[in-house]
Amino acid sequence: MIVELGHFALVLALVISLAQASLPLWGAAKHQLGMMELGRGAAIASFVLVALAFAALINAYVTSDFSVVNVVQNSHTDKPLLYKITGVWGNHEGSMVLWVFILTLFGAAVAWFGGNLPPELRARVLAVQGMIGSGFLLFILFTSNPFLREIPAPANGQGLNPVLQDPGLAFHPPFLYLGYVGFSVAFSFAVAALIEGRVDAAWARWVRPWTLAAWCALTIGIAMGSWWAYYTLGWGGWWFWDPVENASLMPWLAGTALIHSSIVVEKRDTLKSWTVLLAIITFSLSLVGTFLVRSGVLTSVHAFAVDPLRGTFILLLILVAVGGSLTLYAVRAPTLKGGGLFAPVSREGALVLNNLLLSCAAATVFLGTLYPLFLDAVGGPKVSVGYPFFNRTFAPLMVPLLVAVAVGPLLAWKRGDLLGALQRLWAAFAAAIVVALVGLYVTHGGPVLAVFGFALAAWVAGGALTEWAERVRLFRAGPSESARRAIRLPRAAYGMTVAHLGLAVAVAGFAGSAFEQERIQEMRPGDVVSMAGYNLQFRGVEEVQGANFSADQGDFVLSRGPETIAVLHPERRFFPLQQQTTAKTAIHTNFFADYYLAIGDPDGKGAWAVRAYWKPLVPWIWIGAVIMAAGGMMSLSDRRWRVGAAQPARARPLAAPAE
Amino acid sequence: MTRKRRRLYLVLGGLGTLAVVSGLVLSAMSDNLVFFYSPSDLRAKDVPEGRLVRIGGLVENGSVTHADDGRTIDFRVTDGKEDVPVTYTGPLPDLFREGQGVVVEGALERDGNFQASEVLAKHDEKYMPPEVVDALKRAGRWQEGAKTAGGPQ
Repeated sequence: MIVELGHFALVLALVISLAQASLPLWGAAKHQLGMMELGRGAAIASFVLVALAFAALINAYVTSDFSVVNVVQNSHTDKPLLYKITGVWGNHEGSMVLWVFILTLFGAAVAWFGGNLPPELRARVLAVQGMIGSGFLLFILFTSNPFLREIPAPANGQGLNPVLQDPGLAFHPPFLYLGYVGFSVAFSFAVAALIEGRVDAAWARWVRPWTLAAWCALTIGIAMGSWWAYYTLGWGGWWFWDPVENASLMPWLAGTALIHSSIVVEKRDTLKSWTVLLAIITFSLSLVGTFLVRSGVLTSVHAFAVDPLRGTFILLLILVAVGGSLTLYAVRAPTLKGGGLFAPVSREGALVLNNLLLSCAAATVFLGTLYPLFLDAVGGPKVSVGYPFFNRTFAPLMVPLLVAVAVGPLLAWKRGDLLGALQRLWAAFAAAIVVALVGLYVTHGGPVLAVFGFALAAWVAGGALTEWAERVRLFRAGPSESARRAIRLPRAAYGMTVAHLGLAVAVAGFAGSAFEQERIQEMRPGDVVSMAGYNLQFRGVEEVQGANFSADQGDFVLSRGPETIAVLHPERRFFPLQQQTTAKTAIHTNFFADYYLAIGDPDGKGAWAVRAYWKPLVPWIWIGAVIMAAGGMMSLSDRRWRVGAAQPARARPLAAPAE
Repeated sequence: MTRKRRRLYLVLGGLGTLAVVSGLVLSAMSDNLVFFYSPSDLRAKDVPEGRLVRIGGLVENGSVTHADDGRTIDFRVTDGKEDVPVTYTGPLPDLFREGQGVVVEGALERDGNFQASEVLAKHDEKYMPPEVVDALKRAGRWQEGAKTAGGPQ
């Protein structure tokens, strides 16, 4: 009964979304306030309905209702409760319901918090959100309905893929979708602005927080996915340039460009048509990512659906959304008036460079990811594009970007003084040189490029701190004056400093991984392996029972000199239901390096294959990503997003002068 | 600085970056495109030694032997018509089994042995890489829904 209610709620949500997609648009064209206001109610109603459907589906999983096909295929009574719940989005149908749930959540949030938006703009934004929602609800109801029954019900389900039964992966899809789908708000604002033919500073001020929130969630989501791959796949790689990873990286790169270019629109009222285009591109890349991951064109753990109808349907949705918005852009963009002028060397100029490099990087990833699919589709040979391609195209674009990250914020708007900015960066430059020299000395003969990476990280961090020191006039005004300025500094300024510091930390982590060491060998109980100053003693293997698996659990003692540092228990888990074995690694971290341990097959004569890695600075990759997202959230908490954008003058005098 | 000048700078900067990026992409593409072959293709097409390629098929039953160092493994990849001897040193994916589909990246050596640099992880044993399905189909060894071959879900 609850399942039928969920199904019914989903159908009702489709009807309401269709109304939301059309009536407010008509109202905005005819200036009928009542029609326009319908959009708000519809947005909130469709959110409530989709939430009900989602809850009904979760209920079916928690109660193991095996009369529902979707539950049978992806759940089992023995599964721990956490994975019963997260199993809801561990499959195609459920994950699409989550997608639409988050989409309507954003729509409702715009309706709820958008009180200070002009009614026409709000109506149009909500209508575009309604169109996207209608498209995806149609997709679910016609090709991927999770509420279909199977009568008679089987006694038990088929369970969830064991590699997905992991706390790190349980919350990776919701964060990723918050990011992907969050960019739909920027897209809707862009389309609404194109319909109105007006983009101004206030528009950018409304769009920015939504984009920033989506970007933060996507950053966390990608980091979680990478972390999961690192500790579950058993050989400690953290980025494989796999098409599925690239699918999430492309909208991230475009979204990063978007949060920077919308600063220019907000502060300087220029780069408008580019920013609108970028908003369209970012969400389009999110849709392409959904298509790549969900259509089954790629070989991966994510490819649930091999039903060609689904791929065709999403492709059609992309064509309508991208084609429609780009056509609108082509017609309307020339009417968007450019604003303030600026010299090439200026804050605007630096942000343009940022956008140029990030969008080119997104384009290379796009090419490398889709070229094999394209070649296959036209009947060409089967090829794959691996990490060497991306290392040779992506890295050369990131180096100038990282160099510029330190300089850009020190340039003035309109016309900057490059020489002056570089002079003020002497400390950052000195730090980079010192790091490079120390790095070359310590690692002598080691990978030079990685040492260069450390120097870049020091440069970026030094630049971020210099910019902050300049703002508070550190060492130039008195300490009390500096402290006063530091307190007055808007949170958005701190957000930028923190986010750029996070970038520096992550870059150091990428570079550090070049120095990893590994020992892969057979070990018998009592054997000791030495690596990177650590001794690892193997004490034996014990059989343990989990909720729905049995495991061979290794017992290892990690020591440094006479001191025992940790006892590590890597496992090989066997899931009898799926007849599948997975590795559960054991990692000891001191936040500067990971000691990473996995066990493989026994040779039947008392020895076990053991893989031990020492991975310096690798934890910084995820720490850096979390710091970046924290910077974004800090910026999001800036009070200027909450003050009425209609009266921006009132907020201005309170902001620090450096603003 | 006039509006026109600014636009000129922007366009020139954009085109310059685009040119550099295209150059990077093209040169990386020509060197790093990895072609996929079935064992039959590999025999028929005379793939040069040392060229990085991928091969895919089934791990032949009874072909897996472990070397004494605990890291090196030999096996044969077959599409039912032809098979290729493969040597690989390093960690194997958890789902590597005899009779299962596999994709291997590496290069042919002079003696016809395939030295693998990577054995690709497949996460779910019900899942068969589409390339492998295709290779088996072309070799006439694929039956839709056949249990031995697994079949895509």
